[in-house]
Amino acid sequence: MKALVWHGKEDIRCDTVSDPEIEHPRDAVIKVTSCAICGSDLHLFHNYIPAMMPGDIMGHETMGEVVEVGSGVNGKLKKGDRIVVPFTIICGECEQCKRGNFSVCETTNRNKHLAEKVFGHTTAGLFGYTHLTGGYPGGQAEYLRVPYADATHIKVPDGMTDEQALFLSDIFPTGWQGAAQCDIEPDDTVAVWGCGPVGQMAIRSAILLGAKQVVAIDRIPERLAMAEAGGAITINFDKESVVERLNELTDNKGPEKCIDCVGFESHISMAQPDSVLDRAKQMFMLENDRPHALREIIYVCRPGGIVSIPGVYSGFSDMVPMGALMNKGLTIRTGQTHVNRWTEDLKQRIAEGQIDPSFVITHTVPLAQGPEMYRAFRDKQDSCVKVVLKP
Amino acid sequence: MFHFSNLVRSKGDPKIIATGPSSLTAADRLARGLGWFSIALGTLELLAPHRVTRALGMEGREGLVRAYGVRELLTGVMTLSVEKKAGLWSRVAGDGLDMATLLGEVRPSNPRVGTVMAALVMVGGITVLDYLAAQDVARQHDARRGRKRLYFDRSGFPKGVTAARGAAALPRPTSTPAAT
Repeated sequence: MKALVWHGKEDIRCDTVSDPEIEHPRDAVIKVTSCAICGSDLHLFHNYIPAMMPGDIMGHETMGEVVEVGSGVNGKLKKGDRIVVPFTIICGECEQCKRGNFSVCETTNRNKHLAEKVFGHTTAGLFGYTHLTGGYPGGQAEYLRVPYADATHIKVPDGMTDEQALFLSDIFPTGWQGAAQCDIEPDDTVAVWGCGPVGQMAIRSAILLGAKQVVAIDRIPERLAMAEAGGAITINFDKESVVERLNELTDNKGPEKCIDCVGFESHISMAQPDSVLDRAKQMFMLENDRPHALREIIYVCRPGGIVSIPGVYSGFSDMVPMGALMNKGLTIRTGQTHVNRWTEDLKQRIAEGQIDPSFVITHTVPLAQGPEMYRAFRDKQDSCVKVVLKP
Repeated sequence: MFHFSNLVRSKGDPKIIATGPSSLTAADRLARGLGWFSIALGTLELLAPHRVTRALGMEGREGLVRAYGVRELLTGVMTLSVEKKAGLWSRVAGDGLDMATLLGEVRPSNPRVGTVMAALVMVGGITVLDYLAAQDVARQHDARRGRKRLYFDRSGFPKGVTAARGAAALPRPTSTPAAT
């Protein structure tokens, strides 16, 4: 089969690889009908997250049709079912899964010993996201083996298109969780840093959850336009001061709820010297992350407010203003998304026409064009916001 | 196809049979080559400056050669990073410094003036490569490539933004009202 394979920094190839095989009774194999490139795939593209190996198949936003089922799936899936595959592989049986903390499932990471060394405890296995999280082959391919398939799936109802359902795999529940863990109240101003795909979903989630005003911060005109279309007030940080504008919009009190959809690759700008220093340190392996957005969030957030971090951080971040964080009494909520905690509800909202996540798709191309689309998405060429690949 | 990393995969995982086209452009590959060249030259200049000064008849300037070695290592790391454009332009500036230094050594009293001339030609060639790579990388990765579109028509709310505001904050009805 064809698959997008990681060969090194900025080197993704559309390779011919052997087909996946069932290797455990709880496995299933799907024929992929749609998959997408996620912003967090770019962290792997840049080789910033350790433990990628040449030959790893990329992709964790995938859906398709079940073509083979292991004997232990126990009727939960059958051939021909259309499913979305959540990016977190879950057993559904461990203590964390039972609490709904699916992204820290204690069972599914087959390289637990590595994760325990790095994080202190294991997290769930993830598709196509380094050997720290199991080294599972990803879904930017023609076929995907789904481990623990009896629990790791979201069934797609009849009548729902691939484009509407696909983002239940990651970005929609990720944006939703980012907003939901802010405990939004009707008087709240919610500020969202980063108008990439997750930021767009967080903006719409905050609107649906009833924020008084939602403010979106970015510098890319097409992304700001999309944010405005979704009901946000926008700030282009290349043209105006984020801190001044947010204070102006909140009677100098700052937004109650702040969502970091940027993560550890903050934009580098001479106007923000800390971002330049971060980049230099990152280049010489003196720091993993470039947390400029997080610093700004902590500085501008209203005392007593909530900082939600769905954006990905990889390791160590320098100069995070702990003094401001502590003295302002901010609450931080973060984590990889507990996808299956939210998906039944979100699926219903899509079916009811409350939201249609397909708005974010700007490019749909065959899988073979994947390598060039990684470049276009990273370089923000051709007004690219979200790429869907069709194997 | 044997691939070392296939050793870490389980029996049922797909393994590479044949590789296809890469996301790396020719400009990216040239930049990578120049980055490694920079690292190699920098290491030589830093660790064996006497060899360089002896070959060029500029004994006594080992400190300067070491400093240039550090510069080469820094620009090499930058050129190998995602910020390769900045790395390549730094290399072009460094090439200028190298040429100025070498030109200062073209004097009748230098017994190795022939080697200096050869080095000048080599640095000239590398400068052309650095310049072309910097131009090409900038062009390939320019965000202005492709069509520019704004997405003011993409609300994502089929019933409109006004209807969407707070729609999920309301308690869900426990049953659907019967049609009348």
